[in-house]
Amino acid sequence: MNISARMIIVLTAVCLFAGLSLVFMDRYAKSLIRINAEKAMQEAVFKVLPEVTEVERIEKHERVVFKGLDKEGKLVGYAFVSEGSGYQGIIKIMTGIDQKLQKLTGIYILESVETPGLGAKITSSDFRNQFKGVCVVPQIDYVKGKKPEKPNEIQAITGATISSRSVVKILNSTIEYIKEVVKEEKSVGEDEDE
Amino acid sequence: MSSVKLYMEFFKGFWKDNPVFRQLLGMCPTLAVTTSVLNGVSMGIAMTFVLVSTSIVVSLIRKLIPNQVRIATFTIIIATFVTIADLYMKAKFPPISKALGPYVPLIVVNCIILGRQEAFAKKNPVHRSFLDAIGMGLGFTLALVLLGAVRELLGSGSILDYRILGTWFEPWVIMILPAGAFITLGFLVALMNVIDQRLRKAV
Repeated sequence: MNISARMIIVLTAVCLFAGLSLVFMDRYAKSLIRINAEKAMQEAVFKVLPEVTEVERIEKHERVVFKGLDKEGKLVGYAFVSEGSGYQGIIKIMTGIDQKLQKLTGIYILESVETPGLGAKITSSDFRNQFKGVCVVPQIDYVKGKKPEKPNEIQAITGATISSRSVVKILNSTIEYIKEVVKEEKSVGEDEDE
Repeated sequence: MSSVKLYMEFFKGFWKDNPVFRQLLGMCPTLAVTTSVLNGVSMGIAMTFVLVSTSIVVSLIRKLIPNQVRIATFTIIIATFVTIADLYMKAKFPPISKALGPYVPLIVVNCIILGRQEAFAKKNPVHRSFLDAIGMGLGFTLALVLLGAVRELLGSGSILDYRILGTWFEPWVIMILPAGAFITLGFLVALMNVIDQRLRKAV
């Protein structure tokens, strides 16, 4: 057999086998990967909304907002994912807010690639706990090197101001948007009652 | 061939031809993922899986592959196994997959794997290629665990997330940063050289 025909046959055969095995692997893994992502998201909702036992999913304008309900089915607050750029890459944050949209109930970092030991401290509970009960009106703000005095302030991490500022910025920009979504959702709900 | 040699095919990957400390291959994942022991172990296992599977397949079809397209063929086979490993980890061990990030897909271009195909699997029978691959893979894993242990201990004061050094210990942040990887690797390679020279003198 001449050499180019052999090259074509061998490469085609190898690619065919590679393709086939990947199809099988993908069919096996796809659903599992989706379930994992969903589960991670749900768990994060419970982390940022205290005393929530049930979560309802609302989808509006390609954005997902989770409604947190307590044991008696009463609305506790909302949770949502906000995303934006940090110091090195995208930071994804699950945020919980009370039902009046005035105070945060907690945040949890889903994804981040900040510098280990410095910016990565945004995932530590010391930093995250500052956001519990922080006021979002008019906006969240940060202070450097001293204790926060106002209810809407948090203290930036020493040596990681950019990462801290990014978190605050991401939260502020998404909260505005979420207010709109929730408002719409509420008006729809009231219409249904009438 | 004698059985002593077979035995050596397996063990050469640990010391004499250790891919990290001796051949200085695959430095990208070595330096990038070894911020902790767990990351090192997972990366090592993923890499061993790909290396062993690829070596077996390449060794099986080594007489069919035309010489001109051997690198392309090796790469396709490697990429297939890497994708399988990546999907499997994402499906079964999401936290580990998240910690390793882009370094699992990057095994495709890891020179240890392509190097072993060129240097060994394409001209040796299956059982030898298997022993060579598993030895190299475990040698690589061992090196990553060593690096990860030093960096995690000094950088976070813990091993496998279990706190070993007390609260008096101020973690050396530099050890988890890229610079720490280079420093640790340098010291470990030097240490290996010293031990090797001593051993040779003793013999």
